This record gives sequence, structure tokens and C-alpha cells, in this order.
Amino acid sequence: MKKKEVLFIAGILVFALVLWGFLAIFRRGDYGTVRITVNGEEYGTYSLAENRKIFINDTNVCEIKDGKVRMIEADCPDHLCMKQPAVGSSGGTIVCLPNKVVIEGEKTADPETDSSAFDAVV
Amino acid sequence: MYQKKTAYLGVFAAVAIIFGYVESLFPFFAGIPGIKLGLANLAVLYILEKYTWKEAALVSAIRIVVIGFLFGNMFSILYSLAGAALSLAVMTLMKKRSGFSILGVSVSGGVSHNIGQLIVAALIVENAAFLYYAPVLIISGVITGLLIGLLTREVAKRIPDL
Repeated sequence: MKKKEVLFIAGILVFALVLWGFLAIFRRGDYGTVRITVNGEEYGTYSLAENRKIFINDTNVCEIKDGKVRMIEADCPDHLCMKQPAVGSSGGTIVCLPNKVVIEGEKTADPETDSSAFDAVV
Repeated sequence: MYQKKTAYLGVFAAVAIIFGYVESLFPFFAGIPGIKLGLANLAVLYILEKYTWKEAALVSAIRIVVIGFLFGNMFSILYSLAGAALSLAVMTLMKKRSGFSILGVSVSGGVSHNIGQLIVAALIVENAAFLYYAPVLIISGVITGLLIGLLTREVAKRIPDL
């Protein structure tokens, strides 16, 4: 391997690590709620404190349990979203690509944002 | 000469499809979703080394469409095409302009493949939230790119010149 290739690869790695560091600092905080979006539009915001199952349209089901949310059902063929790690108080994202469903942690709950209280089909 | 080339391209397309199948059996590499070794890129990288980007693009496109129809769906075809197109474009440019060996070319291909897929994924779900995943994908692109580059170099030594 040539010297400039080693530098090139090292440069990419350093860039990735710096980006990682920035994102980690930016994302730090207490995540009390999760926001679910479908196709880029907000579906609802839910508190992690309350155990419940959320039916996302007819395609996905996620479950909030012990302060963490997990995807427990999906009608897509690969079920990758069900294998993604649970999103808890340190934040994170679960993505179901085929159904365009995104579950993401949100920092600190604002009581006004629980817009889902009435439209959830439980 | 022309027939020989056609036969080689066919063989490498078949090899790429089988690699794709083998990988579809193991959707997780190192336990992180979305990360694969990209074995099929071995065939594409080899073709790129021996011929030009046109032949590599042909083999790549055949592989993606066949794998997509056999084991995937429209979405997986779209992601694969985005990743493969960006990665082949970057690899072609690197090979021509940078003077890198097959290892550097392969690393640039692995990283750009992952970035291409991430961008398409963010566009499709219309949500940029999981772009925070980018550093992980960049690093995994470097590692898988190095591995595929090493493998391709060893394979190329053992195949007589086309």
C-alpha cells in the first residue's frame, strides 16, 4: 500500500471519528419521549414512561416497555427494524425503510406534545 | 477475444449473484444493521481492474437486478443501485486520477457505497434523523473495503490475464 493511500484511509477514519464525537455531544441529553414519523410526516409523540403498544397504521407495531421502545411487528419482508436496538433514555433511532417508519428519541418531554393521546388505535 | 470477454463477464456476473445470495443469508455483519461485507463487490472490483468501468457497471447492474428480483424487493434494488452507482463512479475516478492501488480504490468504493445508501434512505423516509449513523457506516466502509481489496488482489494474482 502506498503512503498516500495510508494517509487517505487515515484521513477518512479521523473524519468519521470527529464527526462521531460531534454527533455524540450534540445528541447528549435525557430522552423522555419518542416521536414516530411515517413518510416524513409526524404520526405521534409518546412518553417512554408509560408502557403501551402503538399500532403504526397497519404496517408496524412498536412497544414501550420499561422506558424503552422496540419494534415488535412489521409486515415487511426483512424485519430489520425489529432487530434494531431498543431506543431508551439515551436516544436513538429505529427505522423501517420499506414502510418509511422512523421512531426517534426526543429530548425532554413537553406535556403539550402528546398529540397522540386521541388518535392512537390501541 | 470478444467471445472470451463475454464469457468472463458472464462468469463474474454469476459469481457476483452467488455472493449476493450468500450475503442475503447473513443480513448482519458484526451485529450492526445495514452493514455487509459486500462480497459481490469483489467481482465488480476485479472487472474494473481488468477492463473498464463500462464492463464493471454492466456486471454490477445485472447482479443487482437479478438479486433484487430473487431475494429482495423494489426498495432493496433502489438502495443497491444508489450505492453501487456512487461507489463505481468514485472507484473509477480514484483508479484513474489518484494512482491508488486496488486497496485504496476498494476503500473509497466501500465508503462511498455506504454513503450513497444512507442518502437514499434519508430521502426515502424523508427524515434526516438517522444520518447520525454516518460515522459508523464510514468506518465500516473502510474496513469492508480493505478486506474486499485484499481479497480481490489475491484473487487477481491467481487468475490468468484475460
